Amino acid sequence: MVSMSKIATGNGHGENSPYFDGWKAYETNPFHSTDRPDGVIQMGLAENQLCFEFIKKWVMEHPEASLCTPEGVGKFKETALFQDYHGMPEFRQAVAKFMGKVRGDRVKFDPHRIVMSGGATGAHEMLAFCLADPGEALLVPTPYYPGFDRDLRWRTGIELVPVICESSNNFQITRDALEAAYEKTEEANIRVKGLLITNPSNPLGTIMDRDTLKSIVRFINEKNIHLIGDEIYAATVFKDPEFVSISEVIEEVECNRDLIHIVYSLSKDMGFPGFRVGIVYSYNDAVVNCARKMSSYGLVSSQTQHLMATMLNDDEFVDNFVVESKEQLFKRHKYFTWSLSQVGIGSLKSNGGLFIWMDLRKLLKDKSFEGEMDLWRVIINEVKLNVSPGSSFHCHEPGWFRVCFANMEDSTMEVALSRIRTFIFKNNEAIVPRKLCRRSSLKLSLSRSLSRRMDDFMSPTGIMSPHSPLPQSPLVRART
Amino acid sequence: MVAISKIATGNGHGENSPYFDGWKAYETNPFHPKDRPDGVIQMGLAENQLCFNFIKKWVMEHPEASLCSAQGVAKFKETALFQDYHGMPEFRQAVAKFMGKVRGDRVKFDPDRVVMSGGATGAHEMVAFCLADPGEAFLVPTPYYPGFDRDLRWRTGVELVPVVCESSNDFKITRNALETAYEKAKEANLRVKGLLITNPSNPLGTILDRETLKGIVKFINEKNIHLIGDEIYAATVFMEPEFVSISEIIEEVECNRDLIHIVYSLSKDMGFPGFRVGIVYSYNDAVVSCARKMSSFGLVSSQTQHLIASMLSDDGFVDSFIVESKDRLFKRHKYFTWSLSQVGIGSLKSNAGLFIWMDLRKLLKEKTFEAEMDLWRVIINEVKLNVSPGSSFHCNEPGWFRVCFANMDDHTMEVALLRIRTFMLKHNEAMVPQKLCRRSSLKLSLSRRRDGFMSPSIMSPQSPLVRAIN
Repeated sequence: MVSMSKIATGNGHGENSPYFDGWKAYETNPFHSTDRPDGVIQMGLAENQLCFEFIKKWVMEHPEASLCTPEGVGKFKETALFQDYHGMPEFRQAVAKFMGKVRGDRVKFDPHRIVMSGGATGAHEMLAFCLADPGEALLVPTPYYPGFDRDLRWRTGIELVPVICESSNNFQITRDALEAAYEKTEEANIRVKGLLITNPSNPLGTIMDRDTLKSIVRFINEKNIHLIGDEIYAATVFKDPEFVSISEVIEEVECNRDLIHIVYSLSKDMGFPGFRVGIVYSYNDAVVNCARKMSSYGLVSSQTQHLMATMLNDDEFVDNFVVESKEQLFKRHKYFTWSLSQVGIGSLKSNGGLFIWMDLRKLLKDKSFEGEMDLWRVIINEVKLNVSPGSSFHCHEPGWFRVCFANMEDSTMEVALSRIRTFIFKNNEAIVPRKLCRRSSLKLSLSRSLSRRMDDFMSPTGIMSPHSPLPQSPLVRART
Repeated sequence: MVAISKIATGNGHGENSPYFDGWKAYETNPFHPKDRPDGVIQMGLAENQLCFNFIKKWVMEHPEASLCSAQGVAKFKETALFQDYHGMPEFRQAVAKFMGKVRGDRVKFDPDRVVMSGGATGAHEMVAFCLADPGEAFLVPTPYYPGFDRDLRWRTGVELVPVVCESSNDFKITRNALETAYEKAKEANLRVKGLLITNPSNPLGTILDRETLKGIVKFINEKNIHLIGDEIYAATVFMEPEFVSISEIIEEVECNRDLIHIVYSLSKDMGFPGFRVGIVYSYNDAVVSCARKMSSFGLVSSQTQHLIASMLSDDGFVDSFIVESKDRLFKRHKYFTWSLSQVGIGSLKSNAGLFIWMDLRKLLKEKTFEAEMDLWRVIINEVKLNVSPGSSFHCNEPGWFRVCFANMDDHTMEVALLRIRTFMLKHNEAMVPQKLCRRSSLKLSLSRRRDGFMSPSIMSPQSPLVRAIN
């Protein structure tokens, strides 16, 4: 018998969670428009696939961004050799500038505080190693991204303690909830080292308002604990209210900046998860210093640093991209949520992220997490959609599901919506608005041009919200 | 007062070691042939800079290897989205094939056992996390790469116990040394989980012979401990004897393969440290499975996976590259060691790596590590060369220095050699062979010297090829 480590033989990798079962169903039978039209559609992966045409156009116009073109090969050698954990200056400057632009240039980021990591996955683990000892804890508001359980705890030995948020107030983080979690942890003799917030939220797609953020900053200062702000979805805020970053709030309230750290990445905002561009931005010099040394375990490939430096230093491209991306997300979100509302499916009102937080509480046979899992299995196996059950996000109330909408083409979206409609009608459990149901069968006509539907939706600066009384609006049409 | 972790406030990062002082001297005053001709020459960085024009030629002829060319951009989207920790199949196949070719196709590697990591740095940490609990130990033969102290211990809590090797037998790893280290760990109540060997060796530049490797495999099987073979320098073996890999030995002796793991990277063999292509190759399925999950913390950029897959799938290129690289390393090594011998400086006989293990024991004012540090400071501050003192590699005997030779162009090498000569002559402590010293001044002529060297197979630095130069 050969022995390995406890870390290796344990379950800290988190893959025995039900979260992965949907993946397996998808992987054995993935949807393909021509080859596998009955396959499972992936709606559990928060990817941003809406802007690749825009990006590819820039890439073709800027051969110097590659080390392999005649225009760029002059830098091949120096780049291939560059392994300095400070990172390329132009890369750090470009990322700092991008982060500022994404926040409407309301704050400036210092390139010297930019530290690389192996994606946001590596960034979270790295910060945990810097801030907490094994057995110490971070508070995390629920519902939260399941990957945190692995990224923050697996190899570090730290604990996560949930800050329970409730649907009754749209899952906002309250002072009471923070205090309750803090007290609970202290009572268990566990030392709280920090609070981790994700803003914009995964899985909610909402942003935190200024007052909540200020209150959070006051809370962590009072307790003298760290605040980690995961702002990985910062550029996906596609409509008002405007995103408010931790970096802005600390300019407005008294705060010990040594407690403030931001995790960032290009995986969501730009759609580059494969490039592994993770960033830790800390206002604490000792943390920057330590993280920088630790970044050796997950530096960004210099080839990729070079590409990203060139791309993100192009101000015009960045300004246009940020606008274009929001526009595409806005349209897709609007269409998706409107279509769901047509069959009586609501979701949490949201203005950011690559997903919606869908409310299927009414469809639960049993208001329990078992009921939620049963419904989930039906959605995967019968409706053939891989969505993510709220329990995998530690949601404290059953019946919520995260559904991604930005990782597929329009035609795939239509198929997904068609399947949802069919399911709802078959089950007769949706509250189908009487005014709409002029025909007994509602079939989807794919030949109806998509563009007409898209035109119906207003621009991101307009006023619509997914929960507005759309079903009653004159824009709704019946279809044969 | 804001509290951060013990790991963060401690010294586990290893940068308070003297190893880094030479870096600082270099960084404040780096050599540049025109701008800073009196700056410090970097001979402390084991980089392979000898084959870039060869590589660049391939790159220019293969635009499809880039995601940003007209020929490659169609793959931009799928690659940018690809974050599967299994890694691209074509990447794993190309790496497995390359590893085989580097070993003369004497063994085959299975692409499904190739796991990515954040460089070899990430690979070592990952293997430590998989195999050992905090407080457990790995045995490591000395002298060894200083980075191991950080990579294997810092965040993992694992201990390293030295297996002391001696100059008297050219630092070979003996059974006695292994047993002694194992017992010592036991006495200190440390559970030994594995043995880490670097073959070819950093800093020695030597390879382990077949008998030694078999002895090691027998040892780890007897103790039922893991064997981690860091073979990062495998393709830098530039002359006989031929490299023998762990992967070959386990085909020849009885071995529990669940104990066998290889760490690899493209940083040394190809000269791509910036691309962060680290590899863990394990014969243990559970380790592969666990390491693969951990690789999420340090995956290879898909952009880079794509480039490397294209490059290493090109058999013609790979075969030529391996030959070309060895040839250039051979020449540079030969020239460098010969030039040093001319002024009485010897080094451990070596046939691999990007450095030599220089013997300056005769120059020590006293046989102590303090004297080694004194000599080192002289080399940095007066001779203006950043070399690495043996103590930073945990060498048990003072007076040895690792000196890198493959990270500079010919001209810089000449400047370095001139400075060494000047220093040796000034100090009169070298034993300049009487037969050679026909003129009182020794000046250098480049082209004549190059012609003097024969092909990789037969020569050694102490041969009668040595000539005096005027």
